[in-house]
Amino acid sequence: MQRRSLEIWVGVFLLLGIAALVMLAVQVSSAGSGSSDSYRITAKFENVGGLNVKAPVMVGGVRIGRVTAIEIDKEDYAAVVHMDIENRYDNLPIDTGASILTAGLLGSQFIGLEPGADDLYLESGDELDLTQSAIQLETLISQFMFSQGQGGDGDNDSDN
Amino acid sequence: MTGLLQFLGRGVLEFTSRSGAYVLFLWRMLAGSARALSRPRLIIQQLYSVGVLTMLIILVSGLFVGMVLGLQGYYQLVNFSAESSLGLVVALFLVRELGPVLAALLFAGRAGSALTAEIGLMKTTEQLAAMEMMAVNPMDRVIGPRFVAGLIAMPLLAAMLSAVGVVGGYLIGHGQFGVDPGVYWGAMQNGVDLVDDVLNGVIKSIVFGFVVTWVALFEGYDAEPTSEGVSRATTRTVVTSSLAILGGDYILTALMFGGL
Repeated sequence: MQRRSLEIWVGVFLLLGIAALVMLAVQVSSAGSGSSDSYRITAKFENVGGLNVKAPVMVGGVRIGRVTAIEIDKEDYAAVVHMDIENRYDNLPIDTGASILTAGLLGSQFIGLEPGADDLYLESGDELDLTQSAIQLETLISQFMFSQGQGGDGDNDSDN
Repeated sequence: MTGLLQFLGRGVLEFTSRSGAYVLFLWRMLAGSARALSRPRLIIQQLYSVGVLTMLIILVSGLFVGMVLGLQGYYQLVNFSAESSLGLVVALFLVRELGPVLAALLFAGRAGSALTAEIGLMKTTEQLAAMEMMAVNPMDRVIGPRFVAGLIAMPLLAAMLSAVGVVGGYLIGHGQFGVDPGVYWGAMQNGVDLVDDVLNGVIKSIVFGFVVTWVALFEGYDAEPTSEGVSRATTRTVVTSSLAILGGDYILTALMFGGL
């Protein structure tokens, strides 16, 4: 009897431990949400700002994929962003545009896609042509300071 | 002057011979563990004393650690209106560092010290010698099953601590501060990587389990066969394995997350 309850407790312990491991894998990290079936597209940006690998790719605020790699094109020194898009979103037109946006004023950066109107759809390995670089706060501020310093006649009012 | 030299030399010699004894013990222990695998009943019995009896303290501490992380994380994040990242902060802290390290420290205090005291007392009362007289190898019968049990129990305990901690953070984040459940879990799932974070945490906990059980068993086996010797050995187990955990954690973190 005593041996039996001991073995039951060990069984409970092993089950709980494995349940905890499974929870860490599925609930805490997102291994369960099928990132394996996806296709890869690339986009070239002049400047990616603070974009990170694993940043989300969104259409209309809904996450459809994530950034998998960021590298530099050796010929024109543009930043090439590789993204994995989930397979169920396989109907993005080939004239889809990509821009790097910021969540909130100082939040993390993500890629926003604006679907175009073409009949042909993007496939794995395609490159997006219409891209818009990240807005850099430093550049904006310095432009604003310069236009202020010039006496406030020229393009000062068109900025605001 | 010669006294100082002698002191230095004795220290080095003692350190070297002790390290050597540790490594020799490791070989015999691994051989004994391999042979102990054919006796699963002994391992189950040790899993009870090493794992099941440690589980309660791990679960309770995990819950409180998670709740403290929830409180502290929220107080800091709300300054940057980044409370949506609370889940990510809590999960990364637990999965990468606190889960393995805290579980290993508790394991050393709860199970490691018990192992040392048990084996030290077996040696003091000459049970180990009696086994050898009966041609039973204590490495197979006593040390091996305990080592295997420690190796199995430690990663499971660390995973439990992390999982319960994440839930504790959720209780505070959602229950007290009203962080949206979808935001809490979503930020966590976006930011936590299965291989980079979870798997590395599990590897850490396996290494810690190995080290703590090794130290505890060696100190017990090596204890001076007096009541004072057993008490000193128990203290050494907790001190040595705690230092090994914290130092080893630094090295492992630098190797795993330093991009090497």
